[in-house]
Amino acid sequence: MSPAFVETAIQVAYLIATALFILSLKWLSAPSTARRGVIAGEVGMAVAIAGTLLDRHIVDYRWITTGLVVGAVVGVPLGLVRMTAVPQRTALSHAFGALCVALVGTVEYFDRLPDVPRFMMGALSMEVILASLTLTGSLMAAGKLQEVLPQRPITYNGQNVVNLSLLAVAIGMAVFLVMNPGHPGLFLLMMAIALVFGVMMVVPIGGADMPTVISLLNSYAGLSASAMGFVLNSKLLIIAGALDGSSGFILSVIMSKAMNRSFTNVLFGAFGQVQPLAAATQEARPVHSATAEEAAQILGVANKVVVVPGYGMAVAQAQHRVRELFDALTRRGVDVKFGIHPVAGRMPGHMNVLLAEADVPYDALFESDEVNPELAQTDVALIIGANDVTNPAARSDPSSPIYGMPILDVDRARTVMVIKRGMSPGFAGIDNELYYLDKTLMLFGDAKSFVGNIVKELTGGPA
Amino acid sequence: MPSDLMTNLYVFMLAGFVGFEVIRRVSPLLHTPLMSLTNALAAIAVVGAIVLVGENRGGISTVLSTAAVVAATSNLVGGFLLTDRMLRMFKARKTPKS
Repeated sequence: MSPAFVETAIQVAYLIATALFILSLKWLSAPSTARRGVIAGEVGMAVAIAGTLLDRHIVDYRWITTGLVVGAVVGVPLGLVRMTAVPQRTALSHAFGALCVALVGTVEYFDRLPDVPRFMMGALSMEVILASLTLTGSLMAAGKLQEVLPQRPITYNGQNVVNLSLLAVAIGMAVFLVMNPGHPGLFLLMMAIALVFGVMMVVPIGGADMPTVISLLNSYAGLSASAMGFVLNSKLLIIAGALDGSSGFILSVIMSKAMNRSFTNVLFGAFGQVQPLAAATQEARPVHSATAEEAAQILGVANKVVVVPGYGMAVAQAQHRVRELFDALTRRGVDVKFGIHPVAGRMPGHMNVLLAEADVPYDALFESDEVNPELAQTDVALIIGANDVTNPAARSDPSSPIYGMPILDVDRARTVMVIKRGMSPGFAGIDNELYYLDKTLMLFGDAKSFVGNIVKELTGGPA
Repeated sequence: MPSDLMTNLYVFMLAGFVGFEVIRRVSPLLHTPLMSLTNALAAIAVVGAIVLVGENRGGISTVLSTAAVVAATSNLVGGFLLTDRMLRMFKARKTPKS
């Protein structure tokens, strides 16, 4: 085969891979075609890698094989994690993606020294800055999600000034390198600063903001891959990176909107200052509590029930019991729907995956907008481990930190049941008026065992 | 070279718009699989790393680029595997509710 033919074959392989990647995402739009999307992605990837292996620049395959084999060995367990661990796994995979891009960028820079064309130095700097901050930021996020690092936001005076200065310094160095590329020490320093910035960026972020941050890091990881495409002059990489980047961007926008906060607010305005106030007022107020038996009686005679799951359901691993409750009620002819807030859980779509894992059919899962108009005709709204996304203060109290955030209007249901461990306020540290309403029953206990007890009452218990 | 840069910028812009239009339509139901799938697709960065390793530039370059291949491949394998596992779980109601 002539070199020209091989070169064309590689380019055609990349073209096919690009088309397959776009189809892959297109097919992901609905559950019925989604698995076809995965296959399209896999085939595209295989075609692209096969084409790459024909590259005439490759003179030695030993290390390539080693890398591919070791990568596969590391990747398989990461693909087999429990569904509750998916958020931290996702954060970790953003870190791995960024690591690859940062390493390639570094090698490219040092191999091209001392003459790096300006536009390439610009792309390289962007690649390395984005990849480095994504790498450490994602590792921090994964650490917080895995609870090896404190989940609480850590804030201090002047935090934003420090963070923005770090970023400004890194960008300043990048500009200098574009003008004078021959400073390897400065290149490494720029990278180090971006790595530190990644850590500092995620330090002030608490658990409930994780969906936004993971999406944002997803976007950065994609953009850094795109920048790498500019450096290597690979349109395939530019496109794949742009697709990943826009996906992360769209998800970040959805998550920010769902919390009624801007990007900058999520990144630079950690919650938490309201905690002492909430703690002071919550003591004396009476609530109605109920037992599993009482809850089961009310649920058993309802026509329409809306279940609102939150992170608490994931923590308690209660999704299988919740499915049993769904089955028991459905068998009695109760219409059961799930109302899922976009930021429920720790990453976009977290609740849907957990419920799907427990075999809840996906046509019982609804978005807030779909379920809200029905809540006024709902007999029981059952809240399992969700808090701030049900707080009516978001509608009524302009002084509340969550005012304006779209919520699930569970307070419009005839009866509200809240499964909760105790009266502690939610992540935002805001007391929830919902708990003190006359129609609200507090079901104190562990979500898994409490739902299990309700199921027992509904199925086997004395009628 | 700068004309390449211009073409690449057009490609980037168009891909951004395509991505926006396609991904906008993904149901919120599937946002977690979406993230793991795009993550696997972005692991296409592996092709850049493969060429770097294969050129056998020697020493630290080979070490770093082999590490890059490992990182990207683990995302690729793990990402597709996880996405498929999740999607298999999404089932519609088997029988219509009585």
